[in-house]
Amino acid sequence: MSGGVVEGRFAGQLGDFRLEAAFTLPASGITALSGPSGSGKTTLLRCVAGLVRLPGKLTVDGEVWQDERTFLAPHRRPVGVVFQEASLLPHLSVRGNLAYGAKRASAPAQVGLDDAVDLLGLAPLMARSTGALSGGERQRVALGRALLAQPRLLLMDEPLSSLDAGAKAEILPYLERLHRALAIPALYISHDASEIARLADGVLAIREGRITPAATAAPSLEGLDAAARDRLALAALRAGLSAS
Amino acid sequence: MGEVVWTTLRLAGLTTVLLLVLATPIAWWLARRRAWWKEVVAAVTTLPIILPPSVLGFYLLIALAPQSPLMAPLHAFGVRTLAFTFEGLVIGSMVYSLPFAVQPIRNAFEAMGPRPMEVAATLRASPLDAFFTVALPLARRGFLTAAILVFAHTIGEFGVVLMIGGGIPGRTEVLSVRIYQLVESLQYGEAHRLAAGVVAFSFLALLGLLLVDRRAHEAVR
Repeated sequence: MSGGVVEGRFAGQLGDFRLEAAFTLPASGITALSGPSGSGKTTLLRCVAGLVRLPGKLTVDGEVWQDERTFLAPHRRPVGVVFQEASLLPHLSVRGNLAYGAKRASAPAQVGLDDAVDLLGLAPLMARSTGALSGGERQRVALGRALLAQPRLLLMDEPLSSLDAGAKAEILPYLERLHRALAIPALYISHDASEIARLADGVLAIREGRITPAATAAPSLEGLDAAARDRLALAALRAGLSAS
Repeated sequence: MGEVVWTTLRLAGLTTVLLLVLATPIAWWLARRRAWWKEVVAAVTTLPIILPPSVLGFYLLIALAPQSPLMAPLHAFGVRTLAFTFEGLVIGSMVYSLPFAVQPIRNAFEAMGPRPMEVAATLRASPLDAFFTVALPLARRGFLTAAILVFAHTIGEFGVVLMIGGGIPGRTEVLSVRIYQLVESLQYGEAHRLAAGVVAFSFLALLGLLLVDRRAHEAVR
């Protein structure tokens, strides 16, 4: 997988909510998008995926996905999306879910089925029906499915928030492995400071529909070990630099 | 007697197939639109449930008659009227059973929610591709329910088929009409045989429907 810099800017009204957000994602690495509920995190992610249409501009590696004249429909955007609830297609098996996007990918396969299965430990799940999976397993399959669609940009909307502590602990090591292997930009919505500290290279903070400098939304540092605190500090620093 | 059963089954089968094809886009549109006025369309498609069959039959007879503007385009093909024909019966049965097809399919599409179609789109499936590979399989129980209801309801219709079909033996005479005529001419023995068959068939259709529903509930749990 190879990615490119993502530059986006959206300004528009959805009901009583106004989104006015501009951001840049580096060509690789995970950028956390953090903010209180109702701040527009999910709306921004849905704009990037093309699931919501607000006026704005979005380019990925110089390629225009949206501007005044262009609007690529969601199925024409090479994104991988992991939703808050795994949203596996219930009429397909685990293998069927993984194959659904892989079959339709327009880019040549950079992530092979075996790679994804290895990375996320999916081998024992392949033949199962989606109803027979635990919450953590479902999210791992959703993640594998998103990667196999050969995305140039990975979008994750609080993939761990619907999981209990045990399932979170089980899936975090997989996400860390993904983080090390990932060569495309990823946007990761979360308001969990420890999750951000473990996974993110940068932080974008959003409040009332606007991206604010990360430092103003410093997540709680309680309960983090020294290494994680350092990482978070570094991430906040980098985010602060790229936002200016 | 075999002829009457065959006409009835042919009518019910053809009506079911054609109606599922017609009802699917209507149900999809009703399930996905948010505008309030879509309920106007929903009310029109549900109307046949509460209209007396004689009212429905009367208007259908007018619509299928030679003077009807709806028939005018068909005159060029040598078709003057569809009243008292098998084709007319199929059209009438489709109108009569329309709500029984639209409602379960619409419910199934609505129960699915918008998420599966979004997931499919983010996995590069075009809207049409996603409709066939995600929406239709997820709504399959709705289609099964609709098929059973339409088939059984068509077997059970009487007023509409009598008015627009006229009960012409070999062409438009169906079971319910034959039973009526047998009773009128006091042939109770023959009437009994046919009536009992319809009761048994209807029971089996309903039982099948309930079992499908039960499996649907178990799948949700």
